[in-house]
Amino acid sequence: MARLIDRVGSVDGGLLRADFPVLDRPREGPRLVYLDSASSSQKPRAVLETMDAYYESSYANVHRGLYSIAEESDRLFAEARTKVGRFIGAPVPGREVVFTKNATESLNLVAQAWGRHHLREGDAILLTEMEHHSNLVPWFILAEQLGLELRYLSVDDHGQLALDDLERLADGVKLIGVTLMSNVLGTINPLGPIVEAARANGAIVVGDGSQYVPHVPTDVTALGCDFLAFTGHKMLGPTGIGVLWGREELLDATPPFLGGGSMIRDVRLDGYEPNELPWKFEAGTPPIAEAIGLGAAVDYLQALGMDAVRGHEIDLTAYALDTLTRRHGDAIVIHGPRDPCRQGGLLSITYKDVHPHDLSQVLDQAGVCVRAGHHCAKPLMRRLGVSGTARASLYVYNDESDVDALAEALTQAEALFF
Amino acid sequence: MAGLEDLYREIILDHYRNPRNRGELPSPPARRVEGFNPLCGDEIVVYLDVDGGTIADVKVTGQGCSISQSSASMMSTVVKGRSIDEARAVIRAFKGLMSVHEARLDSGDGDGNGAAPADGTEPGVALGDLAALQGVVKFPVRIKCATLSWNALAQGLDEQGLDEPSPA
Repeated sequence: MARLIDRVGSVDGGLLRADFPVLDRPREGPRLVYLDSASSSQKPRAVLETMDAYYESSYANVHRGLYSIAEESDRLFAEARTKVGRFIGAPVPGREVVFTKNATESLNLVAQAWGRHHLREGDAILLTEMEHHSNLVPWFILAEQLGLELRYLSVDDHGQLALDDLERLADGVKLIGVTLMSNVLGTINPLGPIVEAARANGAIVVGDGSQYVPHVPTDVTALGCDFLAFTGHKMLGPTGIGVLWGREELLDATPPFLGGGSMIRDVRLDGYEPNELPWKFEAGTPPIAEAIGLGAAVDYLQALGMDAVRGHEIDLTAYALDTLTRRHGDAIVIHGPRDPCRQGGLLSITYKDVHPHDLSQVLDQAGVCVRAGHHCAKPLMRRLGVSGTARASLYVYNDESDVDALAEALTQAEALFF
Repeated sequence: MAGLEDLYREIILDHYRNPRNRGELPSPPARRVEGFNPLCGDEIVVYLDVDGGTIADVKVTGQGCSISQSSASMMSTVVKGRSIDEARAVIRAFKGLMSVHEARLDSGDGDGNGAAPADGTEPGVALGDLAALQGVVKFPVRIKCATLSWNALAQGLDEQGLDEPSPA
């Protein structure tokens, strides 16, 4: 089937919408304006069809079968891993890409497997004030278990990490955990100085790429981090599949996380030997169809070209910042850098003193889907001095008409509450 | 599709903009009860001054959406000066208002054919302004916002009952 993504080199959100069945669903009232991709993206037909076709023609468990469809399953599962690895520039895709349930599990894996083995009482780790709860709480749990010191890079009034404090705070740390793109502010964090500070202290860098990898061309070698966690469902793939990329030698030096089938080479009644990478970290039957679906999502994004995806989002973010500011002026506060080149397509909004839930409810009447609340980043909410925000987030299937719909719907909030 | 006018009635917006009985009471002697919805972050603190089986005073603080805050304001005006038994009856009536409509939604029709009375009220309890919150049940996600302060009130009365059993 001919697909609209054949227009390589540029992204036309209005045209691409036809690839995403849910955006076309029949409904009462206005068309669906989906601005919540930072929470979870919609899925193109190509991903849905790939998963259906797999279940209908090749499905069997992986790793164990000696019959033809089991071999097909093995091959498709391995191909998906390679696709995902190449998508992020992994030097050794077949060994360094670990499939998990989601980015949260990936980060818990690093904390509980690498961290518990390599960190000791009194060790310090450095996180940031803008982390998602999933890159905070696993470290809190580990800190309680081991007695670690937790330090934080703060966020300045422009939504940027206060890197002036980096050298002081990184002194003596064993690990730095940082999001590559804030899920609230959209801020793209410069990994360079952070990696440099980590190296100077012999620390490792754990990157949370949940918001970054789906939207920005990613090369783990260029980034310089040691672990990178991200999730499939925010990058056009299905739920239930996450990724942990780790440098091969680090993964080799990390004991298993979950125990069970597949992750072992041998089991005796007096012990076990773990399997090779990456299976050492994939206990039990993995999310096979989900991995294959994620592979199809990667194909879709690569056909668009990640440079084009990023370019599209820079353009659309610029348009959104301009439109919302022009139409709503002082009534609206957009938290974060407000600079399309230094942020992703994420706009966290406060509209006068309308509570984000009321705002989201009003926007819903106009078909506009945004996320309202603390976005699983309560420490950052406290830093911003708000209980929550309404967040509009953009992706490949959005265009200027979606931004216009958002701007228009906000006038209805004005009419209702003031 | 339910319209916004079902949810944001004028009386609700009035209580949101001008909350009644806003503030704190010294605790102790007042009983302080917190209501918190971790999913959306709505927070309510209810202060109850119970004197001889009567809610002599009630104050509310907190922050959250218009529904949670206006419902708390309405709750405070309705139960202030009432006996504990009367307050419990109002709580039942209000919960009934919410759950009857939930049941209607579940049954897929809008006619209220369930066993409960269509208006969901307790006999002899006038809901007054509270009836404006009826529309909330057309937005099931928001029911928790509306009931937050009522659950705190119920908890406070229960705790009060444990400390000083009311005369039978």
